Amino acid sequence: MADELLKVESIEKSFGKQKVLDGVSFILNKGEVKVIVGPSGTGKSTLLRCINLLNPPDKGKIYLQNKEITSLKHTLVPAVRQKIGMVFQHFALFNHLTAIDNVALGLLKVRKMNKTDAYKKAIDELNRVGLADHKDKYPAQLSGGQKQRVGIARALAMDPLLILFDEPTSALDPELIGEVLAVMQALAKDGMTMICVTHEMGFAKSVANEVIFMEKGKIIEQGLPEELFSNAKNPRTREFLSKISQLYGETGHK
Amino acid sequence: MEIFEHNLLFLFKNMPMLLSGALTAILLTFTSIIIGLVVGIMVTFFRIYGSKFTKKLMFAYEWLLKGTPPLILIFIFYFGLGNYLNLGEFFAAALALGLRSSAYQAQIYRGAVLSISTEQTEAGLSLGLSRFRTFYLVILPQAIRLSLPGFTNEFTIVLKDTPLAYGVGLVEILKAGRDILAQQLSAAIVSGKVTASLNPFIVYLTCALIYFVLFEIFYYSLNALSKKFQIPGFIFDK
Ligand SMILES: Nc1ncnc2c1ncn2[C@@H]1O[C@H](COP(=O)(O)OP(=O)(O)OP(=O)(O)O)[C@@H](O)[C@H]1O
Ligand SMILES: [Mg+2]
Repeated sequence: MADELLKVESIEKSFGKQKVLDGVSFILNKGEVKVIVGPSGTGKSTLLRCINLLNPPDKGKIYLQNKEITSLKHTLVPAVRQKIGMVFQHFALFNHLTAIDNVALGLLKVRKMNKTDAYKKAIDELNRVGLADHKDKYPAQLSGGQKQRVGIARALAMDPLLILFDEPTSALDPELIGEVLAVMQALAKDGMTMICVTHEMGFAKSVANEVIFMEKGKIIEQGLPEELFSNAKNPRTREFLSKISQLYGETGHK
Repeated sequence: MEIFEHNLLFLFKNMPMLLSGALTAILLTFTSIIIGLVVGIMVTFFRIYGSKFTKKLMFAYEWLLKGTPPLILIFIFYFGLGNYLNLGEFFAAALALGLRSSAYQAQIYRGAVLSISTEQTEAGLSLGLSRFRTFYLVILPQAIRLSLPGFTNEFTIVLKDTPLAYGVGLVEILKAGRDILAQQLSAAIVSGKVTASLNPFIVYLTCALIYFVLFEIFYYSLNALSKKFQIPGFIFDK
């Protein structure tokens, strides 16, 4: 049996009267890469934010390594978040810190590493995303693609069990998307467990183990990327996927 | 020409009085600004992170203080409160100017905090930092930097509001100037040489000059501080 890392069990979430998630369930195994696609406002971001408890679900349960995380005392929540990395659409780098300080912050303040070890690890992580040369630059001095790679290095530094990516390339100029996808692909090949909300179908085809199509707070269809892309059962899935492949190109970015 | 010399000489002799007025003005500015800083930070905190009720309360507080002329506030704290609690003219003025400044400072700090993206807070939380430490390590250091230009402005405004304390008899720069004029006038009347009296124009220009010098000093130093703490390459664009 596969090694189950995360189980999401019929979660529901409403904002006011609007039901944004309406019974979403799935299982994520260790080393697996899931890609979530779906129209805007469907609840994809909300789903990710439920998983790391930034916006805990109203109903349903989430298990991390077979332990329920949805009913924890709030003092135990930071320890869970520490194990779940998050990469943001608009990078969310700490603007007052250099690249290396962005990566080192969690190591120093959460993992309480000493300075020497923390900065050594931070450099390693920046190396991993190809940015060691830029370690002393501030976010405002980096390109969008570089910022996002620092964002990935910052998540990696915590040695998370899994990383959540919320449209990591959708705020980037087209010519900068490739460098971020390349880093993500390398991570996937290294065995990192990932959930990616992205419309980059080339990425999905090359590394995803499963693609989930969501609409209006529900999972409409899920399956292997090649199955979903070539013969989706649900007409809505087909329509949506053909629309985004027109928009983003069939192959996506390398 | 003789009168001009006479005026300057007299002013020069009375310089200690003007300078001690200037010292009072500086102390009043600092005291007011510090009251405004402490209260302003609390107001900011409750207006952003407080319950619905405290948010409304803070809003009302800001609104009331911004809507009242500062001289009236000073009178309220000196004469109004004076029946129950005698603060003295310095502290009555400091409290009035300080609380008023707290309303404006709160506005500056709130703008700074809110301009820092919520994604950054979420990024801090997602690393496993607590809410408080996220605020302390991520939001606060940036909010302070973003607030400095507005703070500089507020500082100079409070400085230039200190002559209002004249209204309750505090000997700051303006009152010192006026006292010098009055003294000289009575001396001239006693000696019968009214023509030799001091020219108010020169006295008040000197008062203005002292304010201007103080303004320049504080404005320059605070701006230098803003520059020093500026985040490299960061352009505040929201
Ligand atoms: N904190 C919130 N308060 C109120 N409504 C919210 C909140 N967060 C999300 N929503 C609403 O929930 C719905 C789903 O939002 P969500 O961001 O999860 O969608 P999404 O699938 O990520 O869309 P997109 O592709 O545009 O990012 C939207 O209608 C949004 O307005
Ligand atoms: Mg989203």
